[in-house]
Amino acid sequence: MPEKTIESINIKRIEILDQAGETDEALMPSLAEADIRCLYELLVLSRAFDQRALSLQREGRLGTYASILGQEASQVGSAYALEQQDWVFPSFRETGVHIARGYPAELLFAYWAGDERGMQAPEGLNIFPISIAVGTHIPHAVGAAMAIKYRGEKTAVAAYFGDGATSKGDFHEGFNMAGVYRLPVVFICQNNQWAISIPRERQSAARTLAQKAFAYGFEGIQVDGNDIFAVYKVTRDALRKARDGGGPTFIECHTYRMAHHTTADDSTRYRHDREVELWKPRDPLARLQSFMEKKGLWTEQYRAEAEARARTIIDDAVKKAEAMPRPDPGDMFTYTYAAPSSRQRRQQGAL
Amino acid sequence: MPALNMVQAINLALREEMRRDRSVVVLGEDVGKDGGVFRITDGLLPEFGEERVIDTPLSESGIVGAAIGMAVNGMRPVAEIQFMGFIYPAIDQIFSHAARIRSRSRGRFSCPLVVRTPYGIGIRSPELHSESSEALFCHMPGIKVVVPSTPYNAKGLLAAAVRDPDPVIFLESTRLYRLIREEVPEGAYTLPLGKARIVREGKEVTVISWGSMLHKTLQAVDGLDAEVIDLMTLNPFDEETITGSVKKTGRVVIVHEAPKTGGFGAELSATIAEDAMLFLKGPVLRVTGPDAVIPLPKLEERYAPSPERIRKALEEIMRY
Ligand SMILES: Cc1ncc(C[n+]2csc(CCOP(=O)(O)OP(=O)(O)O)c2C)c(N)n1
Repeated sequence: MPEKTIESINIKRIEILDQAGETDEALMPSLAEADIRCLYELLVLSRAFDQRALSLQREGRLGTYASILGQEASQVGSAYALEQQDWVFPSFRETGVHIARGYPAELLFAYWAGDERGMQAPEGLNIFPISIAVGTHIPHAVGAAMAIKYRGEKTAVAAYFGDGATSKGDFHEGFNMAGVYRLPVVFICQNNQWAISIPRERQSAARTLAQKAFAYGFEGIQVDGNDIFAVYKVTRDALRKARDGGGPTFIECHTYRMAHHTTADDSTRYRHDREVELWKPRDPLARLQSFMEKKGLWTEQYRAEAEARARTIIDDAVKKAEAMPRPDPGDMFTYTYAAPSSRQRRQQGAL
Repeated sequence: MPALNMVQAINLALREEMRRDRSVVVLGEDVGKDGGVFRITDGLLPEFGEERVIDTPLSESGIVGAAIGMAVNGMRPVAEIQFMGFIYPAIDQIFSHAARIRSRSRGRFSCPLVVRTPYGIGIRSPELHSESSEALFCHMPGIKVVVPSTPYNAKGLLAAAVRDPDPVIFLESTRLYRLIREEVPEGAYTLPLGKARIVREGKEVTVISWGSMLHKTLQAVDGLDAEVIDLMTLNPFDEETITGSVKKTGRVVIVHEAPKTGGFGAELSATIAEDAMLFLKGPVLRVTGPDAVIPLPKLEERYAPSPERIRKALEEIMRY
């Protein structure tokens, strides 16, 4: 009996915008000039938030914070493809997604300053609280997609996580169910090459993370995560497929964490500057800027205006966050249950 | 003798146990090259190599499950879970397997495993970094639960835990990691698991606590004739020391950071009621965290028992 190959896999990688700002016209998604400007301004705003958060942390005005520097295109590009009613299940490093979806920046600042109220998403914005426990929110996204499918809605779910999360049991259990029930969910992995000190090769022996979807019966695709057009297009297509009943997709955004893991980490202990230097020219913002320059959509003056607008938004958000009255200790009890128990009410009085 | 903080004492215990016994290995997220997020395992990788200081993928159930497999097959793994809030994904392995292997195999196999994890409020960090869920583990027969309160006892207790033939959950207070220094001898010594320590003798009231709450308790008893017990091992706990003290003082205050309902204080209180009821002059009082999800940093200090709250309970019990 001859040996047969009964399955083989192909993993695609999508790149559209190169470092010089040239695009692959065959793949380029149709985006109006206004959209491109909006993408650029969201990148600028995300970066402005990030930089302010890092400096506030250093001044002791914010707690531990996880920087998104270098990952803005993965976040903004994917989030820009979402429809208003879609659901987002974020991990803790998706500030760009929050910002692109219109999550109030003051609430994000409040959250990172250690104030629970920062995680209350405004009505009409289907964005779940940040998941600090890595990967444990993946099955929730799957369940939310089950509810959508059950009700026959034309909505999709996006779940965000890092490369480290792909090692968690919840990742595999969630993926398995998403595949079995062909659910309208898009899994977006920001493979930023590091999970604290563990490099991507020590996280998994698989050549790509994208290929993990294959074992669960749906498509996995790798995208240049520093290329905002590629991320946008791949996510948009996956979301359309999800809404049209085509089932889940796994998108591996190949990107890089330019900063320390968090403000509590010192990455010089485990990685070389050389590697960080290698990624600098791939900066997602600079790349979009080169493209826009070529198209006549970018000038120094435009940059200055966009940065000034971002600064105003961020200044204002910091002011609002810091002007919030201190949370009341009673808050601890307000949301443990729909109604506090008599025991809790007594405890509240004694605090 | 060098004065060490808790981080250095635990590091020294690991180092000495690894030197003493080649079957001792350390595994967990970031424990190798990075030396652990709290630097507990710093310097172990260069000394013992990648086969004994294992940087794992991000995989709590995998870490503990693999440690169980090593333990049943002749090794002495010390697994690190980065924060107590991230031990929950590994609870299945701890409860369903580590705790029952000896029992299930009728003694043919055992599971000499240590799971170390930082616990409690203290470093103003995000959600799930401040848990003190010790009571969960105390409820599960087959595992031991140890909570050191000073560098000296951390070193001796960890060495004992590594050598213990059963699975041990070893809880390290993040608040204490760098707070206190004390003289810690080099060279192996062990402190027996299951023994409490009378930190301060007294005749009027017994205060029982463990880990970081011990230090708040010591601030609160100033000027009182209070006997302070550092429980050190919660399961199995030292009933003799507790009842002996209660029989002497007749008054008890238990202090823990974890939520009140179902907290380990409830077990102690019930045991005292069973064993020393007739010696009590008043109710057993508990000063604990409230029945609420541990809040983010802006409110965390309001959550944990403060010396003032402990003091209030002491004043209340002294009226009996
Ligand atoms: C279940 C769990 N284990 C451990 C941690 C501690 N921790 C926080 S982030 C992190 C690394 C995460 O890496 P990755 O998933 O790649 O995301 P990234 O931080 O790179 O965005 C670890 C180990 C955690 N938050 N949750």
